[in-house]
Amino acid sequence: MKLSRREFLKCSGAGIAATTLAGLGQEHHLAGSGEPLKVHYTREVSTVCAYCSCGCGLIAHVRGGEVVNLEGDPDHPVNEGALCSKGSSLLNLRYMADRNGRLGHNPNRLTRVLYRAPRSSQWEEKTWDWAIARIAQKVRETRDASFERVDAKGVTVNRTRAIAHLGSAAINNEENYLMVKLQRALGLIYLDHHARLCHSSTVAGLANTFGRGAMTNHYIDYRNADVIMAIGANTAEMHPMSMRWIDHARRKRGAKLIAVDPRVTRTAAVADIYAPLRPGTDIAFLGGFIRYALEKELYHADYVRMYTNASYLVNPDYSFQDGMFSGASTVNGKFTYDKATWSYQTDAEGNVLKDETLQHPNCVFQLMKRHYDRYNVGTVCSITGTPQEVYLKAAETFCRTGAAGKAGTILYSMGVTQHTYGAQNCRVIGVLQLLLGNMGLAGGGVNAQRGESNVQGSTDQALLYHILPGYLPMIQAGSHPTLAAYHATTPKSGYWTNRPKFLNSLLKAWWGDSAQPENDFCYDYLPKLDGRDYSHMAIFEAMYRREIRGMFLWGQNPVVAGPNSRKIRQALSRLDWVAAIDIFETESATFWKAPDIDPSAVETEVFLLPAAVSYEKPGTIANSGRWIQWRYQAVPPLGDAKDDLWIADRLYKAIRAEYQKGGVFPDPILQLNWNYDVPGGEGPSVDKVAQEMNGYYTATGALVPNFTQLADNGSTACGNWIYSGYYNNLELPACKKRIAEKAGIGLHPDWAFAWPLNRRILYNRCSSDETGRPWCPDRPVVWWQNETWQRSDVPDFGWLSATGQPVTPEASSRRPFIMLPELQGRFFSAPMADGPFPEHYEPAESPIRNILSSTQVNPAAVIYLSEMSKLAEVASPDFPYVATSYRLTEHWQSGIMTRNSPWLNELMPNLFVEISPTLAERIGVENGEPVLVSSIRGEIKAVACVTPRVKPLLVGGKELEIVGMPWHWGYAGMSRGDVTNDLTPQAGDANTAIPEYKAFLCNIRRVS
Amino acid sequence: MKATTLIDVTRCTGCRGCQVSCKQWNQLPAETTRFRGTYENPPALSPITWTRVLFRERVHRGKVEWFFAKTQCMHCTDASCITVCPTGAAHRTPEGTVKVDPNRCIGCNYCVANCPFEVPRYDPTRNAVRKCTFCYDRITNGLKPACVQTCPTGALQFGDRQEMVRLAQRRVEELKAAGRTEARIYGLDEVAGTAVFYVLAEEPAVYGLVQDPQVPLTATLWGIIFKPVRVLAVAGAVVAGLLARRQQAEDQGQERGGDL
Repeated sequence: MKLSRREFLKCSGAGIAATTLAGLGQEHHLAGSGEPLKVHYTREVSTVCAYCSCGCGLIAHVRGGEVVNLEGDPDHPVNEGALCSKGSSLLNLRYMADRNGRLGHNPNRLTRVLYRAPRSSQWEEKTWDWAIARIAQKVRETRDASFERVDAKGVTVNRTRAIAHLGSAAINNEENYLMVKLQRALGLIYLDHHARLCHSSTVAGLANTFGRGAMTNHYIDYRNADVIMAIGANTAEMHPMSMRWIDHARRKRGAKLIAVDPRVTRTAAVADIYAPLRPGTDIAFLGGFIRYALEKELYHADYVRMYTNASYLVNPDYSFQDGMFSGASTVNGKFTYDKATWSYQTDAEGNVLKDETLQHPNCVFQLMKRHYDRYNVGTVCSITGTPQEVYLKAAETFCRTGAAGKAGTILYSMGVTQHTYGAQNCRVIGVLQLLLGNMGLAGGGVNAQRGESNVQGSTDQALLYHILPGYLPMIQAGSHPTLAAYHATTPKSGYWTNRPKFLNSLLKAWWGDSAQPENDFCYDYLPKLDGRDYSHMAIFEAMYRREIRGMFLWGQNPVVAGPNSRKIRQALSRLDWVAAIDIFETESATFWKAPDIDPSAVETEVFLLPAAVSYEKPGTIANSGRWIQWRYQAVPPLGDAKDDLWIADRLYKAIRAEYQKGGVFPDPILQLNWNYDVPGGEGPSVDKVAQEMNGYYTATGALVPNFTQLADNGSTACGNWIYSGYYNNLELPACKKRIAEKAGIGLHPDWAFAWPLNRRILYNRCSSDETGRPWCPDRPVVWWQNETWQRSDVPDFGWLSATGQPVTPEASSRRPFIMLPELQGRFFSAPMADGPFPEHYEPAESPIRNILSSTQVNPAAVIYLSEMSKLAEVASPDFPYVATSYRLTEHWQSGIMTRNSPWLNELMPNLFVEISPTLAERIGVENGEPVLVSSIRGEIKAVACVTPRVKPLLVGGKELEIVGMPWHWGYAGMSRGDVTNDLTPQAGDANTAIPEYKAFLCNIRRVS
Repeated sequence: MKATTLIDVTRCTGCRGCQVSCKQWNQLPAETTRFRGTYENPPALSPITWTRVLFRERVHRGKVEWFFAKTQCMHCTDASCITVCPTGAAHRTPEGTVKVDPNRCIGCNYCVANCPFEVPRYDPTRNAVRKCTFCYDRITNGLKPACVQTCPTGALQFGDRQEMVRLAQRRVEELKAAGRTEARIYGLDEVAGTAVFYVLAEEPAVYGLVQDPQVPLTATLWGIIFKPVRVLAVAGAVVAGLLARRQQAEDQGQERGGDL
């Protein structure tokens, strides 16, 4: 039997096939001479793009141990063979073409272990054995000198605050998982990564609205939408493949695209409606939509009554006045809300009182109506600077999706998340989508477009100080001194009632046979928090104060990507040691080479370990739609580079060897369940790590089918409960499945695995009405027919009773949000730190006084005013313009991959700043001339891009100029430039401390 | 079939996957560029840059517009490069595309001087002219050109000429129905038809394309004076045949209709 490549891949489930001919989607046959093809007689290896979160598939053609071609996989449902400029350039991470058309290795790739001695101004080459042993020694010294066994109240805390870890969303799930396991076993609580900086506010905002903090639908599903609104998401540039499906919706459904952005971006250029807005005014913008939908009665009344908490009666003492919610207080000099009044009214049994007529003056619906009554078009447009006629057109177009039979989706990313009210920005999107009945629908949802290729996965693995894998809350010494106390805080309703099973199974996975019911499954081996912030900005503040002594920079580059990065460089130079692991030399690993640092004064020992790129190692990554896809290894890592799994494994073993000699509280390290070697293998087995994450029965070692089988008695072990099911058999794990859907609504259920339980559209009970009829019969998701549930997708609600009988539509109609204790979506959300309803505040640095209230800035925002960290005053005459930072199609994050990719540098060679022709005239600068951009924190040089795409906005009656800058550049790599984040403020969101990169004050002048 | 690429600029998002995938497949090195106040880069086609996307912006009736248009060799029917090439290095393939054979090219630069679209570029290190090959290796092995394969939105389509003309005509009708009165096909009538043609929503100059491409008089004269009459006759027959076929294709397209 002869199989084509496609058939072979489907039959075997493997991503590696031997080719006899090109096989790249043979659709056109020409009768020509047939030139030899360079991919003839190569091995084809399936991989997934290393850049954004679309999760596009690629085929690597391999001959003689080298990749000879890397292009889009025509069988892959997300991209169907297409790629953007970044995806097309992936070969550059290992190769460069020369003038003669030959591929040679990229000379900038790190291929040797490098070490920088104290006060040295250069690297020296070292061996892996030497470096790993030395790092392990440093870890032990630092940990042992700082280890806290108990806190002041005598609670066992077992933590160190002298070592920090950052990174990474750019590496595989299994690698991230091992990193979290290792660092938590060492007692680290300063643990964070990219997700803090890009979408931490999404998790807080969406989880407190719907129950989960992830993108609800997926990229292909955009094809099902009637209206697509991109706000704070330059989707054509940042997630180029999304435009494939938006284009599909526009051509096939006549869908409309609305782009809301301070500049005319490539998204705005192709949109049906472009609405400009001032950076940082999203709540005003969307709050006005809420008012518009309520006033014009465009909201989905039945949906709101059944699927949300609109009918809940709220504590009569709850109030909102002049920008402040009830309960404002100051504790230890820090503003906080006492949330006692942000509660529901209950009867004697504790049942929430409701009014499904939605008329009660204290029901959530009426409170919401009152709250947003102030957001009239005139006020809103005065705040946002949006011309009123454009605003009304956008509002009308989007709010029309409130009708049954229509689906509207909102795409957002960092324009929404990176604000001092970022989580509330995400919430206001959720509130609007609940109001319009767009959640759970095909073509609807809140699509938080995650950034990096695996930032969804790295968030799931909990490389974040405040959670454990699978979004289990991290342990707080105050409220969780013991395992029993932790479990006592388990929610009383909703699916989180199963939480003890997930935590106990996690402990069992980490400490194996040592974890027994008698010792609380080694609960005390985990470090405990003390209620304080240990996230990105807090890390560098503590480092600047010399409290942190050592750091892992694992695939993250904070010197370019962190806010107020001048201070970050200074903080790094105060460390004893830094262990950086990366594929190219980063600005952070070379902070001692920065223009403003004198290396002879820097005592820090720096290790730089060379890592593998995406197609040099196997493992999974999760795209923004939560699809966990297996990436195969095409070629071995270049030179001495090693994959991160190997590095984590060697590091653990070296640290364990250190502690076998003795040390402070070695038990969590020595007893850590760490056994990933396979006979004959050179390194750890990624499949073994995946199996641990999936979960297994401890008695037999057999893999659990999914998380419904997990138990709290030690009979199961599971490293990450939401990943349970992704690798539940050895023959064809779900994450390796590659069967594209032939007909349907584009869910592709047999392509990879989507957490949770392979659900592709979250909250899909809401896709049909009370009787189970789909709101949109032309694209049904889950619906009731013939006395049972018909399903395009895995139902995301309790659709089967304990006896396996289908639960009727009526019985399930008030329970669609299973991860919330209310089981209904929240317009009013009490867990938020800064108010149960999203309210507009001005950014920490603003050109105007708040028009809506006298409360200028989110009172609960996390703002650092310290040495080297300042904020400009409101309407500062020294910094009269509003600056915003952003990214480009052609570069990626801190630029460390793309600025070492010549094909991309050719397209976008330099840092530039976009300004309007009027501002250019004012400062006397011509297009293409150099300018200096300054904030109160620093000054950088860039090339002026004078363009009508940036237009001054009429804000509060005054013309306001906007200044836009990409932030991809730094002083390392092939393409170099100043660091935009030298200018950005250390002001963070009240709930997650995500920094406010997107709106700050600046000045600009020509280089004289 | 006659290989044809349709560039529908109204669906282009300016991601430039086409620019990089061209370099990737053809193993062309990157150029050293600088930011000149526009996203457009490199500034021109070159021996190592065979395609690029033009970025043009304007304020029109108070609205800011930003246009993206890919440029590359048009693979003309009345191809000046073939007409003027003294060695036959520039030649037409059986698929209707225009190729330059580097082994026969003597670097005389006549084609460079005579191309109405300024496409062929002289590479001094090779003493030869280089340009887009229409991914001849790919299209003769059942693959789409690298740029078409990589296009995320479908702004680039590859296929038989008849089908592409039909697609283009339907798209122009849609655009006109949506009020884009300047919508047109570019490359059907220009220089006797090109194997790469466009759907535009505005006139070509708005995108930075050659408004009214003409085969230069010098090329025509060269052909008349120096080329053997026999070659002219053959070329004429080919052109006439193509034109007839194009007309036929258009007629069929109008009759059949179909989905875009």
